[in-house]
Amino acid sequence: MFARGLKRKCVGHEEDVEGALAGLKTVSSYSLQRQSLLDMSLVKLQLCHMLVEPNLCRSVLIANTVRQIQEEMTQDGTWCAVAPQAAGRAPLDRLVSTEILCRAAWEQEGAHPAPGLGNGHTQGPVSDLCPVTSAQAPRHPQSSVWEMDGPRENRGSFHKSLDQIFETLETKNPSCMEELFSDVDSPYYDLDTVLTGMMAGARPGPCEGLEGLAAATPGPSSSCKSDLGELDHVVEILVET
Amino acid sequence: MREADTLRPPQLMEVSADIISTVEFNHTGELLATGDKGGRVVIFQREPESKNAPHSQGEYDVYSTFQSHEPEFDYLKSLEIEEKINKIKWLPQQNAAHSLLSTNDKTIKLWKITERDKRPEGYNLKDEEGKLKDLSTVTSLQVPVLKPMDLMVEVSPRRIFANGHTYHINSISVNSDCETYMSADDLRINLWHLAITDRSFNIVDIKPANMEDLTEVITASEFHPHHCNLFVYSSSKGSLRLCDMRAAALCDKHSKLFEEPEDPSNRSFFSEIISSVSDVKFSHSGRYMLTRDYLTVKVWDLNMEARPIETYQVHDYLRSKLCSLYENDCIFDKFECAWNGSDSVIMTGAYNNFFRMFDRNTKRDVTLEASRESSKPRAVLKPRRVCVGGKRRRDDISVDSLDFTKKILHTAWHPAENIIAIAATNNLYIFQDKVNSDMH
Repeated sequence: MFARGLKRKCVGHEEDVEGALAGLKTVSSYSLQRQSLLDMSLVKLQLCHMLVEPNLCRSVLIANTVRQIQEEMTQDGTWCAVAPQAAGRAPLDRLVSTEILCRAAWEQEGAHPAPGLGNGHTQGPVSDLCPVTSAQAPRHPQSSVWEMDGPRENRGSFHKSLDQIFETLETKNPSCMEELFSDVDSPYYDLDTVLTGMMAGARPGPCEGLEGLAAATPGPSSSCKSDLGELDHVVEILVET
Repeated sequence: MREADTLRPPQLMEVSADIISTVEFNHTGELLATGDKGGRVVIFQREPESKNAPHSQGEYDVYSTFQSHEPEFDYLKSLEIEEKINKIKWLPQQNAAHSLLSTNDKTIKLWKITERDKRPEGYNLKDEEGKLKDLSTVTSLQVPVLKPMDLMVEVSPRRIFANGHTYHINSISVNSDCETYMSADDLRINLWHLAITDRSFNIVDIKPANMEDLTEVITASEFHPHHCNLFVYSSSKGSLRLCDMRAAALCDKHSKLFEEPEDPSNRSFFSEIISSVSDVKFSHSGRYMLTRDYLTVKVWDLNMEARPIETYQVHDYLRSKLCSLYENDCIFDKFECAWNGSDSVIMTGAYNNFFRMFDRNTKRDVTLEASRESSKPRAVLKPRRVCVGGKRRRDDISVDSLDFTKKILHTAWHPAENIIAIAATNNLYIFQDKVNSDMH
């Protein structure tokens, strides 16, 4: 549903850009939304580690959400890492993904849509998601959504993003954290349209992988289990504190 | 259900600068206790209705205020223990004194509230201020006499039940036997005797051997109102477990499991979070249970485990906003729910200082607002409506203008009459049914 809506808006405003983005939209808009939700959830887990005493119920619910997303991404085969030679491309792809998110946010606000792909400048309140994701990119370009790789890389990339979380925790630099999350609370309604596609109801039809959302029982694969093991590690650290 | 405009304008009490964290009527409804984030408890008492002052019929006045819990520091974990009062439960009154249990995240306290309206005067050895008399001035003996004095309400801590919980206490419930009570945290439920503070019995333990396997926590629990061996606890996955303490010492195996199968067409990444039960309450009859999850309230029949017998939508218009509500953490808000005295109407809070009431018999529902405007003397309490696009009436509020910082999490209903207490952040609203009081 979200992908279709976005297309219509694009036709209304920026027909020349639509062609370039059309290929990405149908397949990856849902993946982008899902990735964005995953990023947000990991940030939330990180934040609750910083609180005086984390609310266990909240932590468990967020961790379960992260698990669900990962299971689905593993099913889709999108839980993967970049092959080393493609590392150079990954940061640009990352910019594109966040660009689309920001663009959708702008459109919802009724402001002019971002000029185009070439303009890597991110705008609007959703831009605050960008520092989180782009900060990850130079560290571990493996975490780009589109490239394919083996299970070992999966473990590596997730492990690295956890490492980054724990490093931030250890430095406990409040100004740095505030910088990252200062505008997270600002117009959250913009995120609604961006992520509406994650809600119940119609899903972008053509993409087979998205059917995984409706599946009741994800079959665990070995790579899935190793990823879950890393997540369990996070949960263990959180709940043992 | 009577129309909303038969409700009198509410009493508005500015209880404290602190956010009210719990509200509870006692068993007769004469007393109303509130706890706040600063660890204070404020008790209100209903004034007896008199013909001389018809306008103050049955109004609640402050009866007593005391500091129940103080902030503490756990040196072992280097964590602060909040003094916020999570729950208050009254004990059934057994003599002239009133007793209540109040709890923060870690410690439960039993408080005794007594009245003193007489004091002895005419001591032989002490003077009026209590200072020892110079014995040489005492020439005769007198018998001290009780003289009336201004009413003084004294509150004293009688028991402190500490060190029973590793995790945060979310509920306490007094057993119908009036001797025991239970306290539940995220992973365990303990049974205490009211007179014994140095030990408790663990009756439920859902902590996994390996904490990495933790996926579900206890969110609320309550004893059955009549059967002292039965209690229920709810989980973050939306299930209810009815346990019988006669079956085993450790009630990890439930007697009944109440769970509604997930609707596959409504499934999203937020399905589990919104199914988490934030409150569970037995009906006064003991036949039903009321649960609150993020978007609905459900009535369950104890005899049917497969699904609830009634489901009421509290604010379904939020279903399309779940992602934003996840981002700003509102999706984790824990709303409470309440039955009226006859179990015919149920009530729960929502956002924008709205609260909702559902009549189980007529199937009608109403949305009301706890606001300063509604507390003016001539104000008529009118039902509110949230519009979701489409036709919009004059006083409707659109979903996007809802204030999510104004949440009504805590509500209580008088055990017998149509009197409700609504906690809106740091204000307490008490609504009374006009019709009732006109009869006196």
